Amino acid sequence: MDIAIIVGLDVVSGIASLVLISAGLAVIFGMMKIINLAHGEFLMLGAYATVLAVNAGVNIWFAMLVIAPVFVGLVGVIVERCLIQFLYGRLVDTMLATWGLSLVIVGGTTMIFGNTIVGVSSPLGGFQVGAYQSSLYTPFLALMALFLMTAVFAVMRYTRAGLIARAVMQNPDMAATLGVNPARVYMATFGAGAAMTGLAGGLLAPVAGVVPTMGAAYIAKAFITVVGGGTSVLWGLISASGLFGFINQIAAFLTTPVFGEVILFIAAVILIRLLPTGISGRFFKGRL
Amino acid sequence: MTLSRRRFIRNSAAGGVVLAAPALIGSVARADDGPIKLGSLHDLAGPLAATGEPMVYAIMLAVKEINDAGGLLGREVELINYDTQSNIQLYSQFAQQLAVRDKVDVIHGGITSASREAIRPIFSRFRTLYFYNTLYEGGVCDRNTFNTGTTPAQTVEKLVPYAMNLWGKKAYIIAADYNYGQITAKWMRKYVEDNGGEVLSTDFFPLDVTNFGPSISRIQAAEPDLLLSAMVGGNHTAFYRQWAAAGLKDEIPIASTTFGLVNEPATLEDAESRGVLGSYGYFEELQTPASQAFVEAIKSEHGAQTPYISELAAASYEGVHLWAEGVKKAGSVERMAVIEALETGLSFEGPSGPVVVDPKTHHVTRNTFLAEVVESRWNVLETFEQQAPLDTAAVCDLEANPNDTTHYIIDI
Repeated sequence: MDIAIIVGLDVVSGIASLVLISAGLAVIFGMMKIINLAHGEFLMLGAYATVLAVNAGVNIWFAMLVIAPVFVGLVGVIVERCLIQFLYGRLVDTMLATWGLSLVIVGGTTMIFGNTIVGVSSPLGGFQVGAYQSSLYTPFLALMALFLMTAVFAVMRYTRAGLIARAVMQNPDMAATLGVNPARVYMATFGAGAAMTGLAGGLLAPVAGVVPTMGAAYIAKAFITVVGGGTSVLWGLISASGLFGFINQIAAFLTTPVFGEVILFIAAVILIRLLPTGISGRFFKGRL
Repeated sequence: MTLSRRRFIRNSAAGGVVLAAPALIGSVARADDGPIKLGSLHDLAGPLAATGEPMVYAIMLAVKEINDAGGLLGREVELINYDTQSNIQLYSQFAQQLAVRDKVDVIHGGITSASREAIRPIFSRFRTLYFYNTLYEGGVCDRNTFNTGTTPAQTVEKLVPYAMNLWGKKAYIIAADYNYGQITAKWMRKYVEDNGGEVLSTDFFPLDVTNFGPSISRIQAAEPDLLLSAMVGGNHTAFYRQWAAAGLKDEIPIASTTFGLVNEPATLEDAESRGVLGSYGYFEELQTPASQAFVEAIKSEHGAQTPYISELAAASYEGVHLWAEGVKKAGSVERMAVIEALETGLSFEGPSGPVVVDPKTHHVTRNTFLAEVVESRWNVLETFEQQAPLDTAAVCDLEANPNDTTHYIIDI
């Protein structure tokens, strides 16, 4: 019984971390049809911002929840102004440009901070379930993922900004004729997506090895989640994270970490074969 | 005159030969009285840069010391270092360049076993002496190659019984999923069983695993007395964080063959790393005069940003000096003369103590140490004097088979 609770928590944590690491990518891909290959590096920048802020004496919660997203959000806006805005509608070119950007960010970070692991320790303790122990940070990550999804839903559904964003996403030309400036909406969206990625990086910093190349370990899973979820930003992300997080964690527990990864990728291949437009392309069509 | 492509190529080729001629004459003349060339292949960029950097510093220091003492055979030693950028393809390319274009007299380098196996055959083919100065899984049997790092019989063999005496007989092994981790896990299992213990399970982790939750649950469910770790790289550091965050660090202790090679003690918090046991051929914290002088010399040259000076750096330094001893004894830099000189069992007194060449295996007999992490530093607990490379000796005898070049996977 205790072990079931612990494994259940592992599953929740797996789903939550997929939601967190994929949310920014899903927003940018779902709304702007930009494939951001520098996504992993945005995550890394969020983690570095957190670690550096904590080392400079800033409170860890403030560093994770405020400094990381604000900093990476600003980076996102600068990147959009200097690079992405010239490439809208050119999918392959944006992939190439953002891939180059990811190399620049990794190289720059290595030059400034060196190629060693940095990090902060986890701010919450552990707790006991019968004979087993788990980290309190796990339920905290799940809460943050829930909060992030609720916030995205509330903004998109109930605010004027969300309405405009959805209008631009559906038909930018029509939105433009109604007086909306799509360029500004894109800039804000890219910035928001980057900020969400920065938040994820900040939240993962205490449970990850923070190195300039850490983005590579996350980007494949983020892409699988977004592609598996399809174009619906919210429901696609939640359903794909739920499915893949569950499969990955249960498989890793029952077999070995190697097979956990293999089974996850096989499941993703089968899913894309059966539902080429992702889960949301089939089941949540037209929803957020 | 119209310039046809054929004529253009012919003219350029002729011009090229004329231009190259002085260089050819020059290189023949230089071979005897110019500097002795020492090639170095180490990663100074990419994921392995933090490992490669102190190795190059150590080699620079050794070369500087040799030159300050008047060079070798009255000639200066020139260091030619190529940055292989954590890229195996560049290893092959630069290895050929060192052997064929630069015509170096010896090469020190290679970090991962994969990089070593990429360049070792190249140096055999071009008859260029090669030193591999990294701790590894053991088994290389090649007369052209000298290995100065430790192998499992020198370290794992000490670590496992020590940890089992302290903590108990039931072990759980976690290791990185490539040849080093796989082979080291086999050695761990062997030594656990030799000491009357039991291995509950062995889990391998691909290098890009970041979420260790399910594995931590598996380990708890198995209820081991101790955890033996051969985890590698930045992502795997997260294991120790998540392990400590779950409050398990004080429940199930850890002994590791890799902890510390990318400076884990300094990057993890005291609470996350305290009490982890490790065993290597050298620790920066070693308080012998030779060790303190070595660390001081590197840090004064490269400043506070110097990464941790591990066994890899010490063995690189000792490797260069061993080679220099070989050259002095041979009275020549000629490859076979130096190999034969080294095979007389030459030794060098390095920062870790005496390092003696074992003629049968081309590995070294050296001191190894066992240490515990306290306040983010290693506290050396035990010294094991003059450990021989017994694992490789079980499969390799270069005196009997001088033409062997195999990398044996030692059957355990």
